Amino acid sequence: MNVQNLNAFDPFADEGDVLGQDNDVGSQQNYIHIRIQQRNGRKVLTTLQGLPKEYDAKKILKAFKKEFACNGTLVDDEEAGQVIQLQGDQRQKISNFLVEEGIPKATIKIHGF
Amino acid sequence: MSEEPLFDPSLKKRKKKQVAFSEDPLGADADPTTPAPAVIDDTTLNGDAVDMGPKTAHEQMKANVEGGEEVPEAGEKAEEDDLKAMFGDLKKKKKKKKDIPLDLEADGSGTSTPVAGAAEDLDFSDMKKKKKKKAATLEAFEKELNDSKATAKEADDEDVPDGLPEEIDEAELGEDPFAAGAGGAAVSMDAGTEPWLKSDRDYTYPELLQRFYYQLHAANPALLNSAGKRYTIAPPQLAREGNKKTIFANVSDICRRMHRQPEHVIQYMFAEMGTTGSVDGSGRLVIKGRFQQKQVEHVLRRYIVEYVTCKTCKSPDTLLTKENRIFFISCESCGSRRSVNAIKTGFQAQVGKRSRNKTG
Repeated sequence: MNVQNLNAFDPFADEGDVLGQDNDVGSQQNYIHIRIQQRNGRKVLTTLQGLPKEYDAKKILKAFKKEFACNGTLVDDEEAGQVIQLQGDQRQKISNFLVEEGIPKATIKIHGF
Repeated sequence: MSEEPLFDPSLKKRKKKQVAFSEDPLGADADPTTPAPAVIDDTTLNGDAVDMGPKTAHEQMKANVEGGEEVPEAGEKAEEDDLKAMFGDLKKKKKKKKDIPLDLEADGSGTSTPVAGAAEDLDFSDMKKKKKKKAATLEAFEKELNDSKATAKEADDEDVPDGLPEEIDEAELGEDPFAAGAGGAAVSMDAGTEPWLKSDRDYTYPELLQRFYYQLHAANPALLNSAGKRYTIAPPQLAREGNKKTIFANVSDICRRMHRQPEHVIQYMFAEMGTTGSVDGSGRLVIKGRFQQKQVEHVLRRYIVEYVTCKTCKSPDTLLTKENRIFFISCESCGSRRSVNAIKTGFQAQVGKRSRNKTG
């Protein structure tokens, strides 16, 4: 028998792995990454990775789709977690949207060419 | 050419930023791409016209506050602008660069003594003149203005809000607006013609700043010229191979100029562009996907910001070393050392046929 509640956080645990398993020093863990990927022709995909847990990705995706008039899906990735995928280059729009919703701009990283 | 419309927004935005940036007096002064003597005067004139234009103390305060706000923003934009200048041969537009403070530090060891000496001399003479003047004006105005002293004091306080109280004189009341205007109109300031010499008022910050830049450039005129050509990188040469591949021909040359391993640069480029590729026999990089020169240039610029320039002194003279799987940048000119982010590809969406992807 174990009590799930109690093993949530042990303040006296050995903090050997502060950074988590795959995070080096200066990791990009808490950034929101907006990437772009080329498809065939002049088509591109925009991916949004690293959305904070407190936001509901599904609802955000819904808002994105409505706002940017594009389609998109939610993809579960082993490393990246939930990733929002949108059709077309929506990087700047996503960034503006997130900033307007109160996410600090410093945490948003736009990648791509 | 097909992707052109995609990348316009960011470019436009950067241009806007630049416009805003040119308002900054420091930035205007520190523009090294323009020829030395004429432009110093022009820019100082402009910078002071902006700063010293306000006649009332309130406006002056406001201008100062605004100036204070602009400076950190300029610092943030500095690296981007810096990099813009690195591709100097590519962009014909006017470049703003924050190299002057850097170079001042860099040159400080060599040329600091003459500058400091000159400055001290001038300061000394200024002080003397000032004292004499002050005595004279004190005598002259003491009787006349004795009755209006109280009001004058009040006005003085308003005029020079940050001035030292003991330096404020009654005589200044009448002269201050004129002096400020003269300071704004003074195109080239010789030593000893500073506007505050003619009156007993305190020198204001913009005046001192102008004086500093004037003396800095007078003492080492090479400052402007050397900064411009200091760090340029050849524009990437791109060619299309077939329909879906792009050849980046001079990648090794660019890497050599940045003093970086080609592997590191290539890894970063692939991660950023979300693609793959290979290096062919003659050292050229073959990138999958269609890319234009300006896109690759943009990626390279961000690489330089992140992995080449020193964050402390903005110098591109840095070394990238790897210790325990962590990359460190150590600056050759200022000696600072910091870790940099590992290159991460991040999430890659499924593109193309799944069946092809599964098999390899």
